[in-house]
Amino acid sequence: MDDLYRELIVDRYKHPQKRGMLDPHDFTYEDDNPLCGDRIRIDVRMGPDGHVADASFSGVGCAISQASADLLVESIVGKTLDEVKALSKDDVLEMLGIELGPVRLKCALLSLKVLKAGVYGVEEVEEELR
Amino acid sequence: MAISLDLERVRAEFPILERETKPGVRLIYLDSAATSQKPRRVIEAMNSFYEQHNANIHRGVHRLAEESTGAFEDARRRIAEFIGAALPREIIFTRNATEAINLVAHSWARANLKPGDIVLLTEMEHHSNIVPWQMLAAERGVRLEFVPVTDEGTLDLEAFRQLLGHGPRLVGFTQMSNMLGTINPAREMTELAHQAGAVVLVDGAQSVPHMPVNVASLDVDFLVFSAHKMCGPTGIGVLYGREALLEAMPPFLGGGDMIKRVRLGEFQPNELPYKFEAGTPAIAEVIGFGAAVDFLGEVGMTTVQRHEREIIGYTLERLAEVPGVRVYGPEASQRGGVASFTLDVAHPHDVAQLLDDRGIAVRAGHHCAMPIHEKYGIPATTRASFYLYNDPSEVDRLVEALYHVKEIFS
Repeated sequence: MDDLYRELIVDRYKHPQKRGMLDPHDFTYEDDNPLCGDRIRIDVRMGPDGHVADASFSGVGCAISQASADLLVESIVGKTLDEVKALSKDDVLEMLGIELGPVRLKCALLSLKVLKAGVYGVEEVEEELR
Repeated sequence: MAISLDLERVRAEFPILERETKPGVRLIYLDSAATSQKPRRVIEAMNSFYEQHNANIHRGVHRLAEESTGAFEDARRRIAEFIGAALPREIIFTRNATEAINLVAHSWARANLKPGDIVLLTEMEHHSNIVPWQMLAAERGVRLEFVPVTDEGTLDLEAFRQLLGHGPRLVGFTQMSNMLGTINPAREMTELAHQAGAVVLVDGAQSVPHMPVNVASLDVDFLVFSAHKMCGPTGIGVLYGREALLEAMPPFLGGGDMIKRVRLGEFQPNELPYKFEAGTPAIAEVIGFGAAVDFLGEVGMTTVQRHEREIIGYTLERLAEVPGVRVYGPEASQRGGVASFTLDVAHPHDVAQLLDDRGIAVRAGHHCAMPIHEKYGIPATTRASFYLYNDPSEVDRLVEALYHVKEIFS
């Protein structure tokens, strides 16, 4: 655990690749975990071909929550919305490369929860416009 | 009573302290404010009950029923003695301190409070001494007021005096904060509250396990505490109540054991303490709790408190050396064995995870005290809490590990 903390998670925590806000964006969503104060916002911009053109995250929290958001957001660039919707808990854990207890699992999965809420929000809007 | 604590002997009573969290890494348990570890004799008392005496209490006339009833009521008597209660029937068994507060909020408060009446609490309460009163406020229109906490982490006693001027019907406060570690002047506060005509409830969940607490000298009306934080099992706690108050209160839960007589149209409540103990209680746990107070009584609560004061003094000293550490709460002379802190470079969850890697068990989060964290503008802290079995060398290991966390994150 210690080494992994140092290598991937702490590196992403200190030097995130996708931290920031996207303007303009096609959808954005924000949520928090009141138990530990973790907060994450994700912005997504879609390309004309129906693939994610770019995405970013912002927020505060522990290294696990912030690093998993950075990795997750990076991974969705180029994906279709259906592919984003298919992302699972195991995909996030695989990106992090660690095993987590139930408490830390909430930290790791906050970004996935935020992303999915954003995507399903978009679907609803699209259906309304149809 | 023992004069000074024989740490080696005390530690030898706790089997779990010998375990490793992974090969070669010995457990360092610094989470006793959440729950304490259990001495062998408590575990054995419960095993022996199940192996030799198990029967339901208060009803059977057979041999086992008599033995278990005797052991159960004898534990009640020793627990009453442990906190200086005049009568065993002033000890009501509940599931924990939380349920004991809920009992008062349901039974005493619903019978005695009307809309607009004030319940005075403090900003440093555990959620268990806030939420039951918020529920009552929503249901009955009772008003809640809170004694503010100073920047140093003590109660603002001047503000307390002023708030007493509003005429609260009940004053409820913790004797020791589970986040700041602050020990409040319970006797002085109780006296002031009584002068203002209020009934006083003291949350002793963190104080009764760690210092001598005597309900007669404190003169409190209600005191609540949990066995599992004081070397006893989970699932059992106590509401101490002054006899006259308990006598006048309506029952809480209805069922078996709490009645004297039942007809289809009505019931007549049982006498104290059974009036408040509906259903089969946690018999083995009460017996384990009895063994726990015997153990603490042998060590001596003055000795326990002195040991923890030494440890927390040393902890505050060592934590002050670590750059970027901020400890919340007052100086060692005003606190029990609790140190909640933040580290500038890492979130409490990351700190706790990396400490766990070295076998050190601490708590990270809001410790069921969100309002006080909000006051200090922090979502969470890392908390190290100590008990009679902790050794100063464990504090050294904690500090070493914090330097390690800093190295990783900076």
